[in-house]
Amino acid sequence: MKINLPFTKEEVMKLRIGDVLELSGEMYTARDAAHKRFIETLEKGKALPIDLKDATIFYAGPCPPKPGEVIGPIGPTTSTRMDPYVEPLIKQGLIAMIGKGERQDYIADLCKKHKVVYLLGIGGAATLYAQNIQSVEEIAYEDLGTESVKRLRVEGLKVIVGIDTQGNVLHKEGKEKFKR
Amino acid sequence: MRVINTEELIPVIKELVKKACTDLDENLMNALKQSTAIEESDLGREVLETLIENADAARENQMACCQDTGIAVIYLDIGQEVSWDGPSLTDMVNEGVREGYREGYLRNSVVGDPILRENTKDNTPAVIHMKIVEGSEVKITVMPKGAGSENMGRASVLKPADGVEGIIGYVLETVENAGGKSCPPLIVGVGIGGTMEKSTLLAKEALKRPIGDRSPTPHIAELEEKLLTKINDLGIGPIGIGGSVTALDVHIETYPCHIASLPIAVNLQCHANRHASKTI
Repeated sequence: MKINLPFTKEEVMKLRIGDVLELSGEMYTARDAAHKRFIETLEKGKALPIDLKDATIFYAGPCPPKPGEVIGPIGPTTSTRMDPYVEPLIKQGLIAMIGKGERQDYIADLCKKHKVVYLLGIGGAATLYAQNIQSVEEIAYEDLGTESVKRLRVEGLKVIVGIDTQGNVLHKEGKEKFKR
Repeated sequence: MRVINTEELIPVIKELVKKACTDLDENLMNALKQSTAIEESDLGREVLETLIENADAARENQMACCQDTGIAVIYLDIGQEVSWDGPSLTDMVNEGVREGYREGYLRNSVVGDPILRENTKDNTPAVIHMKIVEGSEVKITVMPKGAGSENMGRASVLKPADGVEGIIGYVLETVENAGGKSCPPLIVGVGIGGTMEKSTLLAKEALKRPIGDRSPTPHIAELEEKLLTKINDLGIGPIGIGGSVTALDVHIETYPCHIASLPIAVNLQCHANRHASKTI
């Protein structure tokens, strides 16, 4: 299923766990340190360095690029570390998150309540994902190096729907199906 | 007696660091390919095929296969006939790591203080394990270890009465708790016996063994196979999305221990199983 970002609410509500999507368009990278700064900024009543309206955040910190390359290998990091920061960002307009691994149960509740999705990147497919990145722009927190907030323009980035807007969780259903 | 200049380690470690990150070994690649034939989940199989494609692209383009190029774990098995001259051995190992991470365009993922957490910007220091062995050679093994897998490892000290059932339960609980976070299919390293710290060292050393390698001790080999079956019965699957391949192998290392203790440690390895060795 090819998707042109940004997602619309209608598109997001049609997704079901296990759907394989190819994303093209813009997304932002942010991991633990950047998320912590986002929350601190919001708590001070200030504006975030990025507009989160219908935004997709990719929990990722890439390797440095070789000369002439756009980006080094890049892939999803473990999402559950960002769980505490999800709700305030949804309130700012966040519509999709890309990461890896199971999240805490309340994240599925948030996805259902606010019509937001959690997408799974394939952990360890970082060389291939680098090939999907057309451009990289440093947006904020450059001092964090690999963990800075970057705007990525992507083409055909393959992800799997991990939590849909009905609160279904792929990790749970998958395990239940194949457990012996 | 053989004298080695410590500076000789720099180019060796530099090349091993880069190779471990870009060239996944044949033993692993064969295991991944075999697993696509047995994986019952269509989506799981698609994931495994993507991982194989990724490994091929990494080798071809000499790029890291994963963005988490890890903290460098370095084993030096030093022959007891070896004597060293030159600068500090530890410093030279770290210089090799520094150069490897720079030349390989690998990620700097190390913070100098676990509380203050400022990036050291060169992926040093490495975690170095040195052992004196017989002979006059030095075997160097580099294992870049990412946090996804490392974070889900566990250690404890069980009671002797907990026995094999207790061990099995502990390992299964660890793998189930890790779920997709450690990027299955996993290689599971288990250390049993010794003391608290010895068991954790054993668990990581177990990860050096090739996939398919069984313990020379019959009842341990049997336990390795039993655990592998039970882990795959959990249904966690590739990257945790559900499937029949959750682990590629289980390796158990044991050591004699106190009459009143049963130390146990589980160290998980992701599907990249990165390591590279050279003997000088």
